[in-house]
Amino acid sequence: MTAVHRGPAEPAHPQAARGPEANGRTMDSRLDACFAAARAEGRAVLVGYLPAGYPTVDGAIAAMRAMVAAGVDVVEVGLPYSDPTMDGPVIQEAADAALRGGVTTRDVLRTVEAVADTGAPTLVMTYWNPVERYGVAAFAADLAAAGGAGAITPDLPPEEAGPWLTASAERGLDPVFLVAPSSSPARLRRVAEITGGFVYAASLMGVTGARAEVGNQAAGLVARVREVTTLPVAVGLGVSTATQAAQVATFADGVIVGSALVRVLVDGQRRGEDPQATVARVGTLAADLARGVRGTQSPVPATA
Amino acid sequence: MAWRGTRCVGAARYSRTVAIRTAAPLAAPDAAGSAPSRPLGVEAAAGWQSFPDESGHFGRFGGRFVPEALMAALDELTEAYAQARADEAFVAELDGLLATYAGRPTPLSDAHRLTAHIGGARILLKREDLAHTGSHKVNNVLGQCLLTKRMGKTRVIAETGAGQHGVATATACALLGLECVVYMGEEDTRRQALNVARMRLLGAEVVSVASGSRTLKDAINEALRDWVATVDHTHYCIGSVMGPHPFPMMVRDFQRIIGVEARAQVLDRVGRLPDAVVACVGGGSNAMGIFHRFIPDTEVALIGCEAGGDGVATGRHAAAIAGGAPGVLHGMRTFLLQDDDGQTRVSHSISAGLDYPGIGPEHALLHETGRASYRVVDDAAAMDALGLVARTEGILVAIESAHAFAGAFDVARELGPEAIVLVSCSGRGDKDVDTAARWFSLLDEPAAASAGGDCTAPGAANADAVVATARDAGGAQR
Repeated sequence: MTAVHRGPAEPAHPQAARGPEANGRTMDSRLDACFAAARAEGRAVLVGYLPAGYPTVDGAIAAMRAMVAAGVDVVEVGLPYSDPTMDGPVIQEAADAALRGGVTTRDVLRTVEAVADTGAPTLVMTYWNPVERYGVAAFAADLAAAGGAGAITPDLPPEEAGPWLTASAERGLDPVFLVAPSSSPARLRRVAEITGGFVYAASLMGVTGARAEVGNQAAGLVARVREVTTLPVAVGLGVSTATQAAQVATFADGVIVGSALVRVLVDGQRRGEDPQATVARVGTLAADLARGVRGTQSPVPATA
Repeated sequence: MAWRGTRCVGAARYSRTVAIRTAAPLAAPDAAGSAPSRPLGVEAAAGWQSFPDESGHFGRFGGRFVPEALMAALDELTEAYAQARADEAFVAELDGLLATYAGRPTPLSDAHRLTAHIGGARILLKREDLAHTGSHKVNNVLGQCLLTKRMGKTRVIAETGAGQHGVATATACALLGLECVVYMGEEDTRRQALNVARMRLLGAEVVSVASGSRTLKDAINEALRDWVATVDHTHYCIGSVMGPHPFPMMVRDFQRIIGVEARAQVLDRVGRLPDAVVACVGGGSNAMGIFHRFIPDTEVALIGCEAGGDGVATGRHAAAIAGGAPGVLHGMRTFLLQDDDGQTRVSHSISAGLDYPGIGPEHALLHETGRASYRVVDDAAAMDALGLVARTEGILVAIESAHAFAGAFDVARELGPEAIVLVSCSGRGDKDVDTAARWFSLLDEPAAASAGGDCTAPGAANADAVVATARDAGGAQR
């Protein structure tokens, strides 16, 4: 099957016949506009992740809205899953607690709606089985109806993505896929050909979680991705401080922070902190990270 | 080389002719078994041996649902396996180990007293419990660990439920000089404390997994997290016919020798094929291993026994086909226990080795096409079978295998005295003595009292002590 070649500026023709590897997203998706605006400001986009339903559905919504108010450009709403094989201990703990609290896929969509209301492009980050169980077409329809901009599907490889690409194209959603330091040039090309919005570059070989240093493979991977696509490239895994965000922003179009933000919530829960105070601390870290991607962070790195 | 007597995607160039020409001693039974002309069987074989397809699918099941970071490793493994299968030296080395180290071929036993007791079909036992390490698991790990060395990797990780695969992996790693780390659910380290000690004696590090349901599925999650970070020098030795392609195919091929031997042994013993082949199914490696050579023999019923726990109706079971629905878990599409939101449901079985919410994708296909049928055997029926086999045949089988026996008793009664039922006696039950002793109240008073009255959930106070000990030992190791 020959993949359809396209760059980010290629106009989409939703009515045209599309193979499973074709990407039918519109040229002016919310993510495209967001990355273009940041580029115009000479900075990287800040992407913040929090799981829906933790510590409660409304508590998570409040934290996500606080992130946006503090300068996070794009929100990833995590769909808590029973078997999060790509996540480290912090996100596992939050997801487990959210599931024990009874969070459902519908709650996740409600969260998307509440966050997308802020105007920030809002993505769902989900393992594949919950989408398949919900129904691929129904999930795309309901995500779009909730105002979602797309979904990141880390365990859905291009080989299995046909139905999702079709459904997301029909609903104008950006399907975001990951590349890793181990990805061959051929696989980078294959992923870039089907992805929409941005390419998610995993900075290292491993699971989510804060690291002392962002892998030195990240810059090389971003450079390799740029050889095969003009799509923006955002780097995730291991970024937890404003200093790291600033460093990544020197070579990537986007900086993705997850576990460091989740840890603020987890710590707050463990300490029995007042939820509003915890949300405020999420905002503080997000503001710090936002200064990082703008290259204006304070000289003392934030500790998260 | 009997283990490779089937075609696979990874070795599509590999023809049947080559298989016969290069036949090593172990292939002889297979060649003999193929001799009877069965035109229908041959056609079916051609169809079945084309699974999985080029993309690793068994019909709509299987595939590869893994993070991009693992794709390169899976491609490398697929290629390395394809080359190894076609490499005489590799095949000879594996066959040599199977014969001179693992104790193959394993015997076929006539279960005379059991047959008389049940009063139905003649029951024949394929004795994988007599293979080195006490179960069929050794067939697969010797293959994968040789492959690990061939790929130039130095470290092997594995998941284990009952501990049988962990023990087998630790054994192969000791034999071949590989570093070994075994992930095991905390709940299982308690149920299978003996096997934890065995693995440590063999030089493996045992990591007790306290996340999620603390059983096999969580051990797999943790092994996957390890693998994605260490894949440059580590091989993940998956223990069943599950996971992303090429694992379901590769593990099946390494286990296929069970059925190849058994088919020839039955023909030799009774002059005809059995009417039914019965095996227990968790992930389903011993079942796929004994089934596969019989798939073209359409007159032979293939029957898998899923673990019914307290009964499917109670929701506390591990029967993925009887009580699950198609979905994606651990890199494959297959039947699995899940709720309305696609969250994995926790499985329950007295057998740690069957306590898994999914099933290998080739079993899903065998079920959907009707070539194999799957029954449910609950805890009580399995334990009854374990006791009966011990008393009538002098064989203490693993609780996993006891599920196959319980299913086989029903099949034997249904088919009647003229029929022949072949049972996969997949493992020995030494590791289960403690569980069985509590179930049958065989312990002396003080121990029995502390174990509490509920045998399906052995005494919590006792269990905590065992877990604490296992943790301490683990800490000391690390």
